[in-house]
Parts: sequence; structure tokens; C-alpha cells
Amino acid sequence: MEIRFILNKKQISIDVKADAVLMDVLRSLGCKSIKCGCETTNCGLCTVWIDGKSRLSCSVLAASVDGCEITTLEGVEEEAAEFGRFLAAEGGEQCGFCSPGFIMNVLAMKRELQDPDLEEIKEYLAGNLCRCTGYMSQLRAIQKYMAAQKEKEVQA
Amino acid sequence: MITIDNYAKPATLEEAYKLNQARSSRVMGGMMWMRLGKAHVKTLIDLSGLGLDEIHDEDNVIKIGAMCTLRQVEECEALKELFGDGIAESIRHIVGVQFRNQATIGGSIYGRFGFSDVLTAFLALDTFVELYDGGIVRLSDFVNRAPDKDILLSVIVRKGKRKFRYDSIRRTKTDFPVIACAVVTGIVHGQETWYFSVGARPMKAALVEKKWEIPADASEEMIADYAKQVVSEFTYGSNMRGSAEYRRHLAEVLLRREMSSILAEGR
Repeated sequence: MEIRFILNKKQISIDVKADAVLMDVLRSLGCKSIKCGCETTNCGLCTVWIDGKSRLSCSVLAASVDGCEITTLEGVEEEAAEFGRFLAAEGGEQCGFCSPGFIMNVLAMKRELQDPDLEEIKEYLAGNLCRCTGYMSQLRAIQKYMAAQKEKEVQA
Repeated sequence: MITIDNYAKPATLEEAYKLNQARSSRVMGGMMWMRLGKAHVKTLIDLSGLGLDEIHDEDNVIKIGAMCTLRQVEECEALKELFGDGIAESIRHIVGVQFRNQATIGGSIYGRFGFSDVLTAFLALDTFVELYDGGIVRLSDFVNRAPDKDILLSVIVRKGKRKFRYDSIRRTKTDFPVIACAVVTGIVHGQETWYFSVGARPMKAALVEKKWEIPADASEEMIADYAKQVVSEFTYGSNMRGSAEYRRHLAEVLLRREMSSILAEGR
């Protein structure tokens, strides 16, 4: 079946099987930032935004995104790179396999929550697993990034 | 692994219902658990084009469309106003935000899963389900029905002055609960009534109703006796997350805490 959707601001039209999952379709379209971790909706590695909401592309049927707007890490490169610098500075990135999904969810959180505290950050990111860092460095990076964003807003 | 031959997004409920009557058809919710099962589905029916993704705050009820995500329910202000943080508490531990942006209330309730936090919470409230063919049915009756080919349209919670508490225990964050407990109290037909729902025992949630008039100044010992009594009316099982004995003990502790919390706040 043919589906049409917007991927990182570009119109896409593609034939998919009824049981194709979005993760595989997006990777076939060159979005290699999306990683397959658990395939059981637990790890958050395959996080993308569908109509602005972060979701797990390993469990979304490709057929169901007909008419939707999808954003992957490739679509928010500048913003991701900016947060990535905070992550690197805090040693919050080791093997890096979880980073694309993690960054997508951090950026989603930034859009959704106003000035989240540490508990709110932990809760929002509970669905992003990392087996290297132990999370503390990532949390430091997020807090510093959010503080920097707030300062930017005040200056503007 | 699930294999799907055809994907259908019907334009009307009638069409969806007709498609679903075929033995090899399935209705999809958020596709969270269904995708992990082993099945060959000839036609998968997506209800997302039928306007079932809204929560309506009406005069006497809150009507939650079956395709509303768990995140929508978690953040619903009308539910918060009525039941405090109870509903959000029953949802916020379910995997992560991405999962809850996708899993639907319809999938959670229709599935009647043994691990379901959502079913446990709504079962304790004055809740009904609206079915396409079966009409409006009390959730406590629906829970015990065998799965059929009807379609769940909405979950309806009757408004009322009721106190609600929910708590669960998990071995790790985002895992299935080892036990999930909800307590609701309010005046029903002029009499104080307590509803106790316990899920993840590890079997689907069940409900116990008690016409108890518990004094506001009830001692901790008295409350513990009430909790002990109600806990004995549920059955418990063992699995990799905990033994039946352990679950029973946890349920008693949680129900006691929830009752104490309600009594401390005042009814």
C-alpha cells in the first residue's frame, strides 16, 4: 500500500507492507540515527516524533502514519548538536548507541515541560535506557542544557 | 511475531464492526502488546479515523474515547479535579512517555491484562465501558466477560464525590507491577461504601465492595484489621516477580496506607 507523510519537512511517498514498522521504513529512507534496541517498547532507542509527540517507531505500523508529520534526529540536527555538546562535556555519552533516541526525547521534553525539576526530568526520560553511563552524567548535561536555554530566552 | 495481510482504516464505526466480525480480523489500539504476540491477522482495523481520541467532560460523566492515549488520560485536568493525582499515579509508571503517547486506554481496558495498572485504577471507580454492539456495560462486569468481536468505543467514569487512592510496587522503575492496589470511598445510596481493586496478583484486577462506616478517628490497628479482611478476599499467584505470599503482604500494606490516607484527608 502507498502511504504519504512528511519526513523532516520533506514530502515522502512510499509503498509499504501492511505489517511494516515505521522504524524499518525510516531507516530505509536514510534515517540511520534510529536504532533498533529491544523491539519490545522498553528502551527508547527508536524514538521519533509523530505529529510533535515522541513515540517508539519500532511499534508504530508504517501504514498508520499516512498523513502524519515525522521528525527524526536528522530533522533537528542543529539543536541535537547543541545538546550533544553538553552531553559530551559531562561524559554523558559513551558507546553512543542510545544517544539519538535519548536526544529526541530530551528535546521533546524541552518543548513540553516548563522548567522541569530533577524528578520530572527523570520521570520523563524513564523510557530511555542507557547501559553505559549510569545516567548521572546525562542528568547533569540536561540540567545544564536547560539552564543555558533559559538564559538564552532571558537574554532574547 | 505478528504478521498482517491488510491494514484498514474504516471511515465509520459500522464498517469497523463489520470488518471485525471476520475471525482473522483484529482491532488495533496502540499496537504495544499486540505486536509482541504471535498471530496471523488478515485485516488489522485502525480506529484512529473515527474521532475516538477525545476526552469529554460532560455534566455527570467523563467520557474517554477508546483511542485516547494513556498520556492524554494521565494529563486530563477533569480527572485530576475529581480524583486528585490517583489516575496519573496509575499511569505515570508505565514504561516511558513515548510508550504512553502511543498506548491507548481502549487497548488497556479491552485487553484486560493481568498486569494492568489502568484496569486496576478504573475498576475501583464508578466506571462503564461503551461497546458498539453491547451498549454500556459496567466495567466490573466487562472484566469477567470472555473476549468477543465487539468494539470498545469509550470508557465512561461517573462523576461523584469519591476519594480515590492508587499505589503499586515494582521491582524496577517502568517494569510491570508486582502488585497494584486502588481504594475508592464515597456515599452510595446513602451509605458509606468502600471499593477495593487489586491487580497484578498476577491476574487481572478484581473488585471487592464493602459497606463499611469507618470512623474518621479509626486507629491504625482498626484500619489494619479492615485491610487484612479485604486482602483475604482476593486470590494471589506467583511468578518471576514475586510469590503469592509476598503479593498478599504487599496488598495489605498498600490498602492500609491508602485507607489511612483517605481517612486522614477526610471524606
